Amino acid sequence: MIIARRKLLQRGFSLGALTLLTGCDLSDNDAVQSVLARFSKWNDRVQAALFRGQQLAPTFPESMAVKDFRYNAWYSRDKAPRLDPADYRLLLSGKIADKRPWTVAELHALPQATQITRHVCVEGWSMIGKWTGTPFRTFLERIGADTTARYVGFECADGYYEGIDMPTALHPQTLMAFKLADEILPREHGFPFKLRIPTKLGFKNPKFITTIYVTDKQPPGYWTDRGYNWFSGI
Amino acid sequence: MTVKRPGVQTHSLPVRISHWLMALSILIMIGSGWRIYNASPIFPFRFPLWATLGGDVGASLALHGDPGVATAIAWHLAGLWLLLASFLIFLLWGVLSGHFWRDFLPVSPGAFRRDLVAALRLRLEHRLGEYNAVQKVFYWGVLTAVLVMILSGIAIWKPVQTYPLEVLFGGFQGARLVHFLAMTSIVAFLVVHLALVILVPSTLVAMIVGHFGHGNPAIETISPADGKGEAR
Repeated sequence: MIIARRKLLQRGFSLGALTLLTGCDLSDNDAVQSVLARFSKWNDRVQAALFRGQQLAPTFPESMAVKDFRYNAWYSRDKAPRLDPADYRLLLSGKIADKRPWTVAELHALPQATQITRHVCVEGWSMIGKWTGTPFRTFLERIGADTTARYVGFECADGYYEGIDMPTALHPQTLMAFKLADEILPREHGFPFKLRIPTKLGFKNPKFITTIYVTDKQPPGYWTDRGYNWFSGI
Repeated sequence: MTVKRPGVQTHSLPVRISHWLMALSILIMIGSGWRIYNASPIFPFRFPLWATLGGDVGASLALHGDPGVATAIAWHLAGLWLLLASFLIFLLWGVLSGHFWRDFLPVSPGAFRRDLVAALRLRLEHRLGEYNAVQKVFYWGVLTAVLVMILSGIAIWKPVQTYPLEVLFGGFQGARLVHFLAMTSIVAFLVVHLALVILVPSTLVAMIVGHFGHGNPAIETISPADGKGEAR
């Protein structure tokens, strides 16, 4: 009894000392992580409620668009996948009527629009770019995607994976970007295309997309699996 | 509700609860905010890792391939609800109970100047239960700073959905700068606030148990005349 109490006291002290000395052990504690994850889920719901499908992200004059857009990934620029336009096929799966794969030439033949919008990184930096491509909504309609489904997921050639909510997928500025600064999308920026979503943080803009799927189950995300918030709208 | 009595410091339960919740949430927000700042600094410096909240960098890298920025953001976006709730309780109670009008007002520029000079000469007398003009201005200042913090924070979190707010702060990077400056002023307030608590520890007791000085209402009613002279 006394020994147990002493042990409890000791443990209490060491725990208290740890949390006082450093936030580290506090943050890495499983219970703390699970509370933070629950708050993150709550924030997903708040953000989905805040999102307005017709609220456009600000657009900027061409003079503010950056020519040499910042390269950003967890691997170096030269490790970026090199996709051969001759072999590339965009695969479709899930709640989509026409699952025929798409070639680069077919994608480029889609109607295109241009936007000068701002990329906001979760780290805090931001950069304005000029993007040209097909409104994702147009593409989803073209392939007969079930737009009453809840999510659209993506798999990428570099092992990345992401997913977004359907309202964001249907947002007028969500774009399959084939060009950056009037040039065919450079390899390191995601050739053949990057999903450009000016209403989401940068990491929710997947590059090198090889598969698109429509689903009712929330798709996982590479950085979301590493603790970042899933919705990550801005 | 509470009658001002010289030499007696009283804090109502809602004030104490919201004060400590705000204190906790502000520590969470500063610690995690510093870690997030470090990911993309505005100025040519980073905050020391030990002063930040977001977990062990090595452990986090091994587990997630992320240096703890994800955890810092998770803290920040969870802490914001605690801060928001406690700040609103504090404001509502302050206005509705009359706490703000009774204790933080009036404050004239003349009184502020006089008390500031006295304070800088270390000649300012601290009367428990009564705020001098410098204190009053400080409390209004920190409440304003927290409000600016919340608004600039929303502008950073939702620069598309609340775009006019961002414009108000001079753009996205402007909002980050304002957020940083408001943080700086809150940290400066905390330094002074804590220094004064160390100088007059009885204020800490009052903020925990609710009163200090001849604050026991039972004693007070028996001999009300004694309260004044002794506590000064």
